[in-house]
Amino acid sequence: MRKALKFILPQKRISRSVGGDVFIFIFLVFMAFLLVIPLIYIVSNSLKPYNELFLFPPKILVQNPTLDNFGDLFTLISNSWVPFSRYRLNTVCITVAGTVGNVILGSMAAYAISKIRFPGAEALFRIIVLSLMFSSVVTAIPTYIIIAKIGWIDTYWALIVPSLQSSLGIYLMKQFIDQIPDTLLEAARIDGATDGRIYLSIIMPSVKPAWLTVIILSIQSLWNITGSNYIFSEQLKTLPVAMNQIVTGGIARAGAAAAVSVVMLSVPVISFVIAQSQVVETMASSGMKE
Amino acid sequence: MKKVDFSYTWKMMKQKKSGYLFVAPFFLLFLVFTVLPVCISIFFSFTHYNVLELPQWAGLDNYMNLFLHDDVFITAIKNTMIFAVVTGPVSYILCLIFAWFINELNRTLRTIFTILFYVPSISGGAYSIFSIIFNSDRYGLINGLLLRWNIITEPIAWFQDTRFMLTICIIVSLWMSLGTSFLAFIAGLQAVDRSLYEAGAMDGIQTRWHELWYITLPAMKPQLMFGAVMAISSSFSVGAVCNTLCGFPSTDYAAHTIIAHLEDYGTIRFEMGYACAIAALLFLLMIGTNKLINILLRRVGE
Repeated sequence: MRKALKFILPQKRISRSVGGDVFIFIFLVFMAFLLVIPLIYIVSNSLKPYNELFLFPPKILVQNPTLDNFGDLFTLISNSWVPFSRYRLNTVCITVAGTVGNVILGSMAAYAISKIRFPGAEALFRIIVLSLMFSSVVTAIPTYIIIAKIGWIDTYWALIVPSLQSSLGIYLMKQFIDQIPDTLLEAARIDGATDGRIYLSIIMPSVKPAWLTVIILSIQSLWNITGSNYIFSEQLKTLPVAMNQIVTGGIARAGAAAAVSVVMLSVPVISFVIAQSQVVETMASSGMKE
Repeated sequence: MKKVDFSYTWKMMKQKKSGYLFVAPFFLLFLVFTVLPVCISIFFSFTHYNVLELPQWAGLDNYMNLFLHDDVFITAIKNTMIFAVVTGPVSYILCLIFAWFINELNRTLRTIFTILFYVPSISGGAYSIFSIIFNSDRYGLINGLLLRWNIITEPIAWFQDTRFMLTICIIVSLWMSLGTSFLAFIAGLQAVDRSLYEAGAMDGIQTRWHELWYITLPAMKPQLMFGAVMAISSSFSVGAVCNTLCGFPSTDYAAHTIIAHLEDYGTIRFEMGYACAIAALLFLLMIGTNKLINILLRRVGE
């Protein structure tokens, strides 16, 4: 028992009681179970043959799993007018460009606001935090007008450029950069490091968990972007739009619809798993000390 | 006096000019795609604007109508407040507790649990699965169980019965609420300097709760602030969940929220000025709440 616990909870410290450790583990397992049931239901629906999808009373777990729904999905996809790979390419381009730009612009600005502290930095930061609280439903129309004036309607730019400035990302990174001790940066400056040098070799490595988290969030939102306000040419439409067209095919496509949610979910989840294991990885080594 | 101040600022500006270079690319885009749309929306809130014709100046008409002639809006405020007061703090504390517990595990388990807890929040429209779980006939999962155990004698119409609608929406939102703040807390816990714990143990910290309150939480205050803003903005802007589950408009407007009201006017009735006034009020509500929470958070670890 003791040994098993040590394996599960490696950071043994004076403040930890065995009872508490056991309680925490059981609690986590229980909560994880509760949270995951609906997801199991979805995945299992995507594996159900037609007769099971409309079974009453509904069963959570699939009885005779089949990959037919995914097969149907790919048949539907290959019949589409624009080659399906085009939709995928559109979404991949937008996601990659948006995420990379978001992290670079956001971390640079967060560094300047947090550590260079130019006059006006404090005010700018307040505005950024406030902007997180304004409903995006009503800003959609002004944003459309602005993008139309620039002449970006029906181009990738309309989707990529506005997503480069995420208040959320910059706020998160700024909060982490705040925790880096000033003395460290002072020392670097005395050694002759420029601001660019400090940004690249001190700030970015120290806040790796922060920008990995921003990457996760950014991929997740860009992957699901429909852009239906701005994009009208079929060959520029994104993956979620194409997927929605399949789902709206009605009840005969209920299975394919379940397969769609599983496919759309897979990329954010996989990117999350990779990035998250990195978040955990880096920390053991970095630890910010005075 | 003023002149002296100004020349000092000017000197600082010149000295820290690299800061402006770093912030410029972000700032330009932020100005054009966030600040400008928000300002235009606030301007619209003082006009009658149907999206097709040019806006007509209306002064405070929209705001007056909201409070004096729109009973549904008052219901929406009430529902949103109930919703926010429950989901905001509960999801915040759940995010924190889960993140903290998970942080105690070894690396493999930590990754697995983080994924299990986080995935519901990115599942997009997957919460519609709850409409099957809470189906209103006797074959619905919950009704079936309650009938079998003889707790109820006839199936409950969960999404039409005003007693249950809001509660179920709250449960579903909590299910998906382990999102951005949860990730921020996990990353924040990882960033706490390990030597602080050793020092704490020397200073006589006895239980994990003491350690949490006196060491961990103060060390991750920036993340706590961030989580609070996230909790506010997500709990006040609830709408999609209620609309999907309870239908729109919901029975007796029992699950009608401010955002639902806003979408009604903005995207269905095309009274953009009115919708913008609703957004501006929601904005003020969130700012006020944020001020309040900042005062509370300042006392952590004291």
